[in-house]
Amino acid sequence: MSSETAGGTDGRNDAVLLLGVALGLYALFTVVSVLLGYDLNGIVNTLRRITFLSAIYAILVLALNLQWGYAGLFNIGVAGFMAVGVYTMAMLSTSPTSTFPGLGLPLPIGILGGVLAAALLGVIAALPALRLRGDYLAIVTLAFAEIIRRTYRSPVLEEFSIAGLDLGTGGSRGMSLPENPIRIIFYQTPGDPASDPSALGAAIFDFSSGLGVQPSVVVGWVYAIVLLVGVAGVYWLLMRVGFSPFGRVLKAIREDEVVARALGKDTRWFKIKTFALGCALMGFGGILWRLTGGYVATSMFEPIYTFYIFVALIIGGAGSNTGSVIGGAVFASLLFQGPNFVKRLVTEYVAVGSPPNTLFDAIGALGGLDVTPLVAYTLSDVNVAALRLVLLGVVLVYLIQNRPEGLLGHRKEVASPIDLGERDRQEGQS
Amino acid sequence: MTPETTRDEADVGPGSETEPLLQVRDISKRYGGIVAVDGASFDVEQGTLTGLIGPNGAGKSTTFDLITGNQSPDAGQVRFDGQDVTDDRPDEVAQRGLVRTFQIARELDEMTVLENVMLAPRNQIGETLWRSVVPVARDRVVDQERDLREAAWETLEFLELDHLAGEYAGTLSGGQRKLLELARVLMTDPDMILLDEPLAGVNPTLETKLLDRLHELRAEEGLTFLLVEHDMDVIMNHCDPVIVLHQGAVLTQGSPAEVRQDERVLEAYLGGEVDE
Repeated sequence: MSSETAGGTDGRNDAVLLLGVALGLYALFTVVSVLLGYDLNGIVNTLRRITFLSAIYAILVLALNLQWGYAGLFNIGVAGFMAVGVYTMAMLSTSPTSTFPGLGLPLPIGILGGVLAAALLGVIAALPALRLRGDYLAIVTLAFAEIIRRTYRSPVLEEFSIAGLDLGTGGSRGMSLPENPIRIIFYQTPGDPASDPSALGAAIFDFSSGLGVQPSVVVGWVYAIVLLVGVAGVYWLLMRVGFSPFGRVLKAIREDEVVARALGKDTRWFKIKTFALGCALMGFGGILWRLTGGYVATSMFEPIYTFYIFVALIIGGAGSNTGSVIGGAVFASLLFQGPNFVKRLVTEYVAVGSPPNTLFDAIGALGGLDVTPLVAYTLSDVNVAALRLVLLGVVLVYLIQNRPEGLLGHRKEVASPIDLGERDRQEGQS
Repeated sequence: MTPETTRDEADVGPGSETEPLLQVRDISKRYGGIVAVDGASFDVEQGTLTGLIGPNGAGKSTTFDLITGNQSPDAGQVRFDGQDVTDDRPDEVAQRGLVRTFQIARELDEMTVLENVMLAPRNQIGETLWRSVVPVARDRVVDQERDLREAAWETLEFLELDHLAGEYAGTLSGGQRKLLELARVLMTDPDMILLDEPLAGVNPTLETKLLDRLHELRAEEGLTFLLVEHDMDVIMNHCDPVIVLHQGAVLTQGSPAEVRQDERVLEAYLGGEVDE
């Protein structure tokens, strides 16, 4: 009768944990920014960037955790469902006067449409999932995502008309998106990059520029804060879903679907709902990610992004929502952004000189016990991106060997809205 | 009650007073060239603890699979409680109140013992996605969950698993896993339970207690059991009637005394040829 069933009802510890991770990352990146000699604007912008990416990854990892962590549905088409969300939103809400026109509907309708379209595609993808398990489902979802991406890339859809309405995905050139909705708060004509600030915007910009922080950074921070609210909302939603009888059936499907069915659960509907909800949130995450850029292209939805989200989930611990948020933040800040900052730090403090042209030159210098050419070569702009993948590989191998359950996957998160270990003592106590 | 019951007799109308709870008619199942079940027919009457025995490979587990929809028979019919359930999915069969345990225990390893048991009850309102999310609806889910928690603890106490309630099911011993399976099917509040060797690995004291409990559930709540078991003492002392399956068909059935005296049963178990 031990109450070892930590998790669901013990929300306070998780809040402390999440806050601790956030403060830790902020402290780390503040120190790094100071070491790099950034001014206040630079520091604030660095923190904005890691907040933005961490929040985006947190939402996407949470969505994947519902499907893979809870129900064991191996969806490796995450990027495809993000694409459906973003492109549907774009085609609904982008201005009809753009090079590749949309319908120009209000943005909330576009976002809702994008999320619903991603959910619908999720349902369609779930139909094979009713019969397929594990690897086979993975192959189907990957193929599904690539078909989606290549469809949006197709020259046929670059510009087309349906029922007299002109639409276009821009094909391989991509298409423009509605303007960042946060700009509406700050600017008189949000769509115009050279617009004058609104009254509120002027007041805030006056204040921020007094501190040396540029207007674009302020706008970006407000967007990041909206994202954090989004993370909180998705987290709340999925905590409720996970810590419920519904979540319990999902876990049973993951562990042994035959048992779930033998106990009278119509697992088909549970899987369809899980796919629909998870894919809807992936579409939502995709929209929030790309809306700031004002532009979307199919290269933003290559399978590597699905892989990144899986890595983040593995780091955080599959099956744990709190772990998913932490995994997303740690992945986005340290693994994704980390190598760039390491490079800047090294080049700031060590005179590595200009990198040699080839790896052969770099290694050749080792003969003379000179490592700087190799360091310079490794940290050159081209190679630091590859270094990120090497780092990911190292972290994955280490985790799988030493901590396959991830940061929080070891916790017993009992799927129930109440603490099952704690009985109502007044009745039936033996 | 004879194995030669014809299809005409089986087709008495649904809900008929005289109709047995479970009727299995001429079911067959082939896997490639192997005939696992070959025209088996038998009835299980309401409120009995019926034994199902037979040598290894007689088709006992396959028969369970065919009855509960885990496999669909190539031919034949299964009726439960007056309804044709032959083509039902496993979850539909379970929803009707006919549940089974597995010969090799299928505990849900990465879920706690309590979670395993709490999974089982039918008609949980919290299994609807929106109800577990929307605030007011969730209050009702929580209320139901409290009731189920109490029932789950009582079941675990009875099966002497309560000290393991918070542990992962994957850490249980073989016998404990069998008990957990039993706890789960009991929690579904069924009308009939198919038990596939539920006592393998269970200690003798608890075994006696369990069998007493099965009799109790049968007598007081009218539950019906079909029990596959290799321990002949258990079968002969607790089951009535006993059905003997051999090479996928019913060899004989009757009271334990009748079955025990049947020469063909002995021959089947000793691997001899059956002379009809």
